[in-house]
Amino acid sequence: MRFVNVATAFSLTLIALVLASLRREHIRTEYSVSWLVAGVVLLILARWRALQDWLSAGLGVNNAPLALLIVSGAVFLVVLYRFSLVISRLKDSNIALMQRVAILEFRLTNLDEKNQATAGN
Amino acid sequence: MNHPSLLILIPAYNEEGAVASVVREVRQVVPGTPILVVDDCSTDATPHVAREAGARVLPLPYHLGLGGCVQAGYRLAFELGYDYVIRVDGDGQHDPRFIPKILNALQRENCEMVIGSRFLNGEGSHSGFLRHAGIVFFRAMLRPILGKSVRDPTSGFVGVNRTALALFSRSFPLEYPEIEALVVLQRKRFRFVEVPCAMRPRRAGRSSITALRSLYYPVHVLLGVFVNVLKFEGRRK
Repeated sequence: MRFVNVATAFSLTLIALVLASLRREHIRTEYSVSWLVAGVVLLILARWRALQDWLSAGLGVNNAPLALLIVSGAVFLVVLYRFSLVISRLKDSNIALMQRVAILEFRLTNLDEKNQATAGN
Repeated sequence: MNHPSLLILIPAYNEEGAVASVVREVRQVVPGTPILVVDDCSTDATPHVAREAGARVLPLPYHLGLGGCVQAGYRLAFELGYDYVIRVDGDGQHDPRFIPKILNALQRENCEMVIGSRFLNGEGSHSGFLRHAGIVFFRAMLRPILGKSVRDPTSGFVGVNRTALALFSRSFPLEYPEIEALVVLQRKRFRFVEVPCAMRPRRAGRSSITALRSLYYPVHVLLGVFVNVLKFEGRRK
């Protein structure tokens, strides 16, 4: 039972942390959803004994806490994978943006130099 | 010699000790040809010494890595309408005297990319044992993918025409780009040729491929090649 209580405390802490971060605008709503869903799933699994038994039978582990660990691990892996996709997309956008800024700055400087040369003549 | 449609692209990161002499050598070999140094957010005086030596500088606001740096240059060159771009590294390893040879091959060989190869003239290279072993490995791996052998797949001394420039402006590997770029070309069934070139030891600075990264390098490149093979877009019409 101790493991289940720890899982409950962990999921409640996670949910509280995400909600507090949302309130302070430290995390955007669209990225908080994954963590909130993960926290709620973990909480339900931790408190619903019948579901744990059904899962452990289904997974063939005959151990409810182990089944809880496997399922919650899988949920968090999915969340982490989703964030890897987000980070990759952001990195691509960031690189394209940096290149665009550099090119525009280069062209603007060229234009300024041409204008100054024209004004000097 | 003046080639209004040729741009010399020099990617540089913390190359203040070498980039000025590279720019000056290029100006001697192809006088009048615009030289663009893409500064990958160096922490030293690279952009300053490059400007002093007579190059235009495209300063990147953040360090993007070699691929992002080269692609920024390709994008600018494409937007400015250049027909040919030849990349010369800012560390002095590429001998600018071979620029006309690469340009000549680009114009005459009906290919999209020309690679300056250090292994075609029998002079060998200044690369160490590990790097040489890597080159031999990637040569063997690329042969069935490209349908032809490439002697120097890690050479960054390359020239591209406007067709390849358009492709690389949109799609270019961001880290360790040389080998993956060949497979990106292959996806479009573009052609490349190699011409013999001499390479020299780097004049100053340090290689970006450290001991730790040399372990990561083959894994990254292998994965990149595999992904690009999966993206194969069919034969060119």
